[in-house]
Order: sequence, then structure tokens, then C-alpha cells
Amino acid sequence: MPDLGLEVLLKGSNIMRLLAGLWVALRISLISVAGSIPIGIILGTLMTGRNIVLKAILKIYLEFIRIMPQLVLLFIVFFGSTRMFGWQPTGEVSAVIVFTLWGAAEMSDLVRGALISIPLHQYESSEALGLSKTQTYWYIIIPQTLRRLIPLSINLITRMIKTTSLILMIGVVEIMKVAQQIIEANRRSSPTAAFGVYLVVFLLYFLACWPISLLAKYLERKWR
Amino acid sequence: MEENILTVEHLRKEYEGNVILDDVNLSVKRGEVVVIIGPSGCGKSTLLRCINALENIQSGTIRLQDEVIEAGAKNLAKIREKIGMVFQNYELFPHLTVIENILLAPVKVQKREKKEVREEAVKLLERVGLKDKAESYPRQLSGGQKQRVAIVRALCMNPEILLFDEVTAALDPEMVREVLDVMLELARQKRTMVIVTHEMQFAQAVADRVLFIDEGKIMEQGTPEELLQHPKTERTKQFLNIFHYEK
Repeated sequence: MPDLGLEVLLKGSNIMRLLAGLWVALRISLISVAGSIPIGIILGTLMTGRNIVLKAILKIYLEFIRIMPQLVLLFIVFFGSTRMFGWQPTGEVSAVIVFTLWGAAEMSDLVRGALISIPLHQYESSEALGLSKTQTYWYIIIPQTLRRLIPLSINLITRMIKTTSLILMIGVVEIMKVAQQIIEANRRSSPTAAFGVYLVVFLLYFLACWPISLLAKYLERKWR
Repeated sequence: MEENILTVEHLRKEYEGNVILDDVNLSVKRGEVVVIIGPSGCGKSTLLRCINALENIQSGTIRLQDEVIEAGAKNLAKIREKIGMVFQNYELFPHLTVIENILLAPVKVQKREKKEVREEAVKLLERVGLKDKAESYPRQLSGGQKQRVAIVRALCMNPEILLFDEVTAALDPEMVREVLDVMLELARQKRTMVIVTHEMQFAQAVADRVLFIDEGKIMEQGTPEELLQHPKTERTKQFLNIFHYEK
């Protein structure tokens, strides 16, 4: 067994600091998802509408956010907003802003996809049974849309959690940053700690994302 | 018993400049089974969809008893309760079980007692041989089973008239029979039905009257014997010949 330098985690409150870092990552993701879902539902519904100008603008927004690397967006908001507007958001606020913009864009596309995937015949057979427009949406269309949407939006959460590993670049002390600090601080006493510590980080990310991913899979199967 | 349930007068339907139905006149009496045949694209499915106001029409009137059926009309939902429609692709609601599919409209639209409708639904399911499938989801059923559920769903609204739009066209051959048998049984119960189909032998067996539609017009109509065995027009003969094989 090679020396993984795992003993550094037992020094001081290192393991607790790592967990606190993980919590920062999770907190940012969850707040961003909570913001993304309502915005995404509104934008996605608008994307299925008839207003061509609005649809074009939303499409550009979606593509812009998708093409831009998240790190560039983080830098624009964190460093750029000070220069442009004289407003200095903290790293965590910047991260929430960027992740919400990103999540809302992705979510809008998921909502649009879910809505247009309901075949026209579902509306027709519902109306043929005498259901009103409102009843058709309430009993037939919305439940089917949500069933397609929920597993997909849960997957979006795991993608966000993974992407929070970038925000150490704008000075947020999350799990990756804490790991770096632990390794740096123990460079002399445990020069091989990098592998072990990052391995633990990997496991923690895995433990956070795996149950979420399982839940998504379970719901997908249940509501197929 | 000479009461007209359904009356279609001078119906004209255009779509993007093309005439789909042209001066179609049709009346269906209580208890009558009318079968509509014709080549694909002739407008026969569109006619059924017009009767249920799923398509808007350019001129003419469609009446169910005394009430005019019109897309966008205020009482449309009320009239549609009296028209049961079964589609080619079943169109069950995939997120609801079989029994929920059946109960939805009677309970939510007609505001009937859930318990009472359930009893009726179970009886009907039993008649079509699907009592044990009440709690299944549509995806767990075969095509023929889904179509039988769709028929029960339409029946549970106690409609005045049933419309069948090529209900066996999407089925595997061995499942066609089970669906047609249910429809034959309904004909024996003197249900009023308008059936669009490509099954000529079935048409022969079930119909009181057969209509041949081509290019948006009713070309010929008569009893099954008259129309299917001794067609008068050249066009009808040609069409029926498609179903004949000789070596």
C-alpha cells in the first residue's frame, strides 16, 4: 500500500473543513437550482409560444450561455461587474448569479422539450372527451410535462455540483480550495498527500451526486 | 325510431387552399351503423374529426340532434360529452392507469359519482376481457388491449354516438380481431356508430349502410350488399378491386 498521506486529514479539523467546503458547493448549487427552475419554466413556456422575436432572443441567450465556458462567465460577473458598474459581489454571490443564469438557460430548453414532446393527439383526445382547455392542461398536459421534467432537472443539479469546482478561481473557499490548502500546508510533512486528499474529495463529490443521480433514474423509470 | 342523431349538411372543409371535403351530406339515425370507406387522403378521417369539431369547417352545418357542432362554440365541451371518439393510435393518457383513464371524464366533466362510474367501468372492462388490467398502465398493454380500453373510455361517457377513426389500422393483424369483435358486439346492442375502416369484410358484417368517399365527396352509398358486392360507379369498383387477389 503506497503512502497516500491520508493522515493529514486527521490533523486539526481538516476533515470538518473539507465537509464544510462540500457544503458551500452544495449550497451554491441548490440555491441556483431553486432560482433556475421558476425562471426556466417561464422562459421555456415562452419558447413554445408564437412570438418570433422573443423566441429568437431566448434562443440567442441559450446558445450564448451554452457556448461560453462557465469559468469565463464567472470571471465576467466577478471581475467585470466591479469595473463596469462599480459593484463588487462576493465570490459566492457571483457564483449563484452565473449558475442561475446557466441553470435557467438549460432549464428553459428542458421545459421547451418536455412541452413539445406531448403529442397533439393528447390534447385532442382529452378535448374529445369533453374536458375544457383548463382541465386538459391540469389533468393531462402538466402532469405529463412534469414527469418528463423532474428527472432531467435533477440531473441538472448534479451537473451544477460538479461545476462548482471552478469557483475556487474567484476566491470561494469550497471543497477544492480547502483540499488545496490542506495539501499546501502539509507539503513538508506529507509530500504525497495530494493523491490521498483529492481521492477523498472525489469520494465526497461522488457521495453527494450519486444519490441524486439514483433518484433521477428511479423517477425516470417510475414515470416512464 | 326514425330520429336522426347526426345530421351533416353541405359540409365544406378546406385546408391551405385544398378542398378536403366538398358538399358532404350525411344523416345517421339512432341505432344505425354507418361505415365509411375510401382511399387514403380522401377525407374520411377529416369528416370524423369535423363531426367532433377537432377541425374547423368553411361552410355547412353539423348537428347532433338539435345542437349545432362548431369549433370554438361555448357549449362545445357539453356536446362532445355525447360524442365518443376512438382514435387510430388509441391516445390513452400514459400517466394514468386504465381505470383512471376511463374515470377521468365521467367524474371530472360529467361530475358523476366516482363509485358508480367505477362499477360501470369494471363491468365494461369485463365485457371486453380486460377486468384484470384495470390497474395497469397503458404501456403495459398490447395495441389491441389499449384500443379496447379506449373504446371502454368512450362508452363510459354514455355517448349518443360513437366515432371510430381507423381504429385497427395501427394494430398487428392478430389483434385486429379482438377489437372488431368488441365493435360487432356494440352494433348488436344497437349503438349508433360511424366507423372509418379499411377492413372490408368487417364493413360487410357490421354496417347498415356503407359510404364510399373519394376526393372529398360521397361517391356512392348503400347497403353493404349494394355497395360492396355490386358497386355502381367505376371509381368504387376500382377501389374495391384493390382488396381482391387473383392469381
